[in-house]
Amino acid sequence: MEKTLFEKIWDNHVVFEEPGKPALLYIDCHLVHEVTSPQAFEGLRLSGRKVRRPELTLATVDHNVPTTDRSLPIVDPTSRLQVETLAQNCAEFEIPFYDLQSPQQGIVHVIGPELGVTQPGMTIVCGDSHTSTHGAFGSLAFGIGTSEVEHVLATQCLQQVSPATFRIEVDGSLSHGVTAKDLILYIIRTIGTDGATGSVVEYTGPTVRALSMEERMTVCNMSIEAGARAGMISPDEVTYSYVEGRPSAPKGQQFQEAVERWRKLPTDADAVFDRELRLEVSELPPQVSWGTSPGMVTDVDGNVPTLDSFADENARRAAERALEYMGLEPGTAMQEVQLDLVFIGSCTNSRIEDLRNAAKVVRGRSVASGVEALVVPGSQQIKKQAEAEGLDEIFRRAGFEWREAGCSMCLAMNPDTLSPGQRSASTSNRNFEGRQGRGGRTHLVSPEMAAAAAIKGRFVDIREWDY
Amino acid sequence: MEPFAEQKGVVAALDRVNVDTDQIIPKQFLKRIERTGFGQFLFFDWKFLADGSLNPDFELNREEFEGATILLAGANFGCGSSREHAPWSLLDYGFRVIIAPSFADIFFNNCFKNGMLPIRLPQAEVDRLFERVEGTRGYQLSIDLERQTITDGHGLILRFEVESFRRDALLRGLDDIGLTLQQEDKIEAFEARRRAAH
Repeated sequence: MEKTLFEKIWDNHVVFEEPGKPALLYIDCHLVHEVTSPQAFEGLRLSGRKVRRPELTLATVDHNVPTTDRSLPIVDPTSRLQVETLAQNCAEFEIPFYDLQSPQQGIVHVIGPELGVTQPGMTIVCGDSHTSTHGAFGSLAFGIGTSEVEHVLATQCLQQVSPATFRIEVDGSLSHGVTAKDLILYIIRTIGTDGATGSVVEYTGPTVRALSMEERMTVCNMSIEAGARAGMISPDEVTYSYVEGRPSAPKGQQFQEAVERWRKLPTDADAVFDRELRLEVSELPPQVSWGTSPGMVTDVDGNVPTLDSFADENARRAAERALEYMGLEPGTAMQEVQLDLVFIGSCTNSRIEDLRNAAKVVRGRSVASGVEALVVPGSQQIKKQAEAEGLDEIFRRAGFEWREAGCSMCLAMNPDTLSPGQRSASTSNRNFEGRQGRGGRTHLVSPEMAAAAAIKGRFVDIREWDY
Repeated sequence: MEPFAEQKGVVAALDRVNVDTDQIIPKQFLKRIERTGFGQFLFFDWKFLADGSLNPDFELNREEFEGATILLAGANFGCGSSREHAPWSLLDYGFRVIIAPSFADIFFNNCFKNGMLPIRLPQAEVDRLFERVEGTRGYQLSIDLERQTITDGHGLILRFEVESFRRDALLRGLDDIGLTLQQEDKIEAFEARRRAAH
């Protein structure tokens, strides 16, 4: 029978199933961070259970960590306790752990791929919704709650109901300056924030094939913002060459054998999906969010929507609330919206390619007066690589702050936050009320768009930028 | 886990769509390492004004919703992050049942892990319930999980769907991990097959 990528991985990992019940699915890789794990470890202790496969588990600290001087202790006592608790739990249960001082520390969804831990065909979970990122490698990767974190720690398995399959096929060459971020924002805008609920999305088509691994990770990362259980892209030569040579990747002959196995993973030509959507993106303009939900997105050359443009009563009321929170007048041109802060970072857009692209836009220019701007690399290794390429100097000279690795202002659990009423252009993934700080107003954009916005102090159409 | 008995209680209405987990429990309260005590932080930024006083405009601050155990909400409830702190805070606040036209997947699943019942109903039925809550002060519903019915004692009877394995787990208060560990021989056999294949 012809199968999809998802079905092949699923079938390869079913330990046990009975009709009418969820399948017991084996988990190849469990990523752990400080926020969603303490109660899971405590649960293990209370029930006298052990971690079944600590070597298939990898932990780091990212959500709570300061992005300033790492030689200083964490000031917030509750953040410090959570970070210390993860260190103690990893020591007690013998789980590999990259602590705050480690050269491998970084956002969990950035370091997995970077270390070669993330590989095609795997099942990967983490107590974090953006685990969907790893699907870019042709793995089945999804976020879980803390009860399930405990379940995986104890059993290396999860009870899972098989989701529906949803193919999104994308055709057309993206215009200069239009990125994978614009593509995924456009997809969410098109299908809605619950458009893929209950489904695993596979992205296919010439546009997706032409994306780099970094770009594919950006697309899969935000699948959750469309409600998807996971996002996936069938692996190809781009995938294999990205994985090759990374520390945890198979070596030599074993790598060749692994690639042979991985070549069997892509969706078969006649495989059937539960649902399909085709998009053409050659005319797609850069995308900017205007509201408080990642589906509230428009073109950079468009306007803040007017309320009468919403046919659905619930959508209209939601838009009304969002515009009030965002402090925006309906009909305002997006390019007239003035900004206070620019954040380049997060598991969506903090990889070396993102920083290179933003640096190209910034090179030789200065951040607009009155605008704060910061770059937070996704990992310490990316930071080091960027410094070796001189990107830090380009950003610093322009007036950006250059920080240590972590989630930072994506969710503002650490000291990097917006003040009430402050407006940001952010390369992160969520524009929810208060996400970047209570009263803060977030506009989601690509790294290139964020960089240009920092220079001008307002949104600009990156297609017209000279870089 | 506490078994889910028949539930009768006051319904609180939150007529908003896309209520995300960042609103249910803002990130500053995710730093705790305990599983309990999150109810005081539920909907914190909506419930309290910046000066710490109660926001009189927030739906759940209405006097008649005090002691509510059933939450009625708009579509795509619980979207956003995987934080299980969201169901923990709803449960600790007193909610055992949430009724909405649709839920985000991870949140939906997390509810069952904590003995809570999220119920999906068609939009028209949810709208009807919103009207009844508005029309009757202290409006109550009874949820019978065994029979999969919702009644209000005034002639309303709605039927809801829930996967049978989830219903059984709730009714019996089953421990998922304990159940999976009963399959340990199969997990070991799977691991042995993997080792042999690679």
